[in-house]
Amino acid sequence: MYDVKKKFMTGAEIATQAAIDFGADTMYGYPITPVTEVFTNWIKQGQKYLQTEDEIAAGFAVCGAVMAGQKAFTATSGPGHILMQDALSMAEGMRLPFVAIVAQRGGPSSGTVIYSQQETTLACFGGNGEGLRLVYSPGTLAELYTLIRRAFNESWQYRFPAIILTDGYTVKTRGLVDLENLKVENVASAPLVKEGEIKHWPNIFTFEEELYTEVMKSKADFDKITAGVATAEEYQTEDAEILLIAHGIVGAATKVAVDQLREADKKVGLFRPITLRPLAVPQLNSIAKKVKKIVFIESSLGQLARIIKDELSPGVGASFEYLQCPGLGIEIEEIVNQVSKF
Amino acid sequence: MPEYIPAKFCAGCGYPIILMTLGRILEQKQLSKKAVMGLDIGCSLLAINALPINIFHTHHGRVTPTMLGFKRARPDSLCFGLTGDGGAYAIGWQSLFHSALRDEPITVIVVNNTVYAMTGGQTAPTTLPGQKTDTNPNGYDGATFFGPESLRHITHKDAYLARTAANNPKDIATYIEKAIATQSAGHFSLVEILSFCPTNWKTVGKATMDYVENLKKVYKVGEI
Repeated sequence: MYDVKKKFMTGAEIATQAAIDFGADTMYGYPITPVTEVFTNWIKQGQKYLQTEDEIAAGFAVCGAVMAGQKAFTATSGPGHILMQDALSMAEGMRLPFVAIVAQRGGPSSGTVIYSQQETTLACFGGNGEGLRLVYSPGTLAELYTLIRRAFNESWQYRFPAIILTDGYTVKTRGLVDLENLKVENVASAPLVKEGEIKHWPNIFTFEEELYTEVMKSKADFDKITAGVATAEEYQTEDAEILLIAHGIVGAATKVAVDQLREADKKVGLFRPITLRPLAVPQLNSIAKKVKKIVFIESSLGQLARIIKDELSPGVGASFEYLQCPGLGIEIEEIVNQVSKF
Repeated sequence: MPEYIPAKFCAGCGYPIILMTLGRILEQKQLSKKAVMGLDIGCSLLAINALPINIFHTHHGRVTPTMLGFKRARPDSLCFGLTGDGGAYAIGWQSLFHSALRDEPITVIVVNNTVYAMTGGQTAPTTLPGQKTDTNPNGYDGATFFGPESLRHITHKDAYLARTAANNPKDIATYIEKAIATQSAGHFSLVEILSFCPTNWKTVGKATMDYVENLKKVYKVGEI
């Protein structure tokens, strides 16, 4: 039966709708494939925007806007994401609710224009800071919507910059989604610099101890929210001997591969981090401790694997295997074929 | 009376004169509450507690886009970007140029001392031919950059561009007042102020004043 609530939308349209539903007030952007449509859809919806001269200006305009209390955001990719790290670093240092939708494209350099998972390290740990930012990795179109809503809410609530790390396949895919069932309450915005307040707000310090105190306070705040923010999907892990770890749309493909491998009596399960920063570490380790083998599957040369391995507890005795295709899409069949050999 | 906290500028620096002048204007016009000043990184960062208004740091070269974001979010605020000649005309030029082109209603105050002062006196776009700097120890042999004159070609007819010097506080006051009026009228404004840097110029007393007077022969003061 046809479900009238469902709409046939592209990822870019869904991203735009999520920002509108949050009540985002303005977007600063610079066109770059594959994320341009998020910007142009936003504009076609009659929303406020500015096309800046580069991603640096877009990023810093967002910084200024959120300091004034405006729900502003941006979207970028690849080389633009590199430039955006300048502003993201300020947002991390000053704890600004800076929201960026990043659709990964191939790298290094200008690479390819549609797809990769090679901006994972950059999103999580870019900038000259400590990676105190929220990074969400949607696997599906519906999740793209829910995670953008979460990113806006949690960024304004906890005041850490937030990146929704997706890719060109996701933003250009058109699919049926029921956004009505995904609606959530919005966190209110508030000016961080108020008229008449006389606030002197530094982000450069004279003494090492001053900066140390700032960073450690942010670290403590980040640790405090981790249990509530860190999210991951686990699938068929109860009796799994082989744990597949993948994120984003590779994670979604891996989930289907798990079903097919199970049909062939392969005891596999999936751990799919939904937030890459912060990572659901206790959940990861409770599963990882029980398996004999961990297979990292990603469209990069180990960017996810490094993030995960850094958090594995010493009690994890599993051996590691890798399916790494930098800048290349990974199909279900390939995952099934490769994992069947392990 | 608002409390003026002494900032950490070098002895003989021109910044305190500029900041005190700005502060006095804001106080006289009762604009202190509406004023928001972003600081570029360089000597400008030392102004963080110089005035009883909202002030915050940004990044080097990034004060202009940060302030236009603030201004667009709060059109009733009075937005200043305080920057050096390097932040304005080198690393921040692309943003400054396009903000001027779009006629963003913000006021940029450029303190031009012809060097990158905070980092020890390296060549800036405003360094004069023959001037010895940390990165041109045998004398600078490149071209000299004229910020307000360059912007005049692309700015709106009602945008305000002017240049004065730290030893002309009356003109600083007049030009900043006009820049504020321009911002209030919805247009871009920039005031460049030729400023003392005895630390990097390696000058004392009268020699510092003579240095600025010589600069005025190259960088014409007045409305542009």
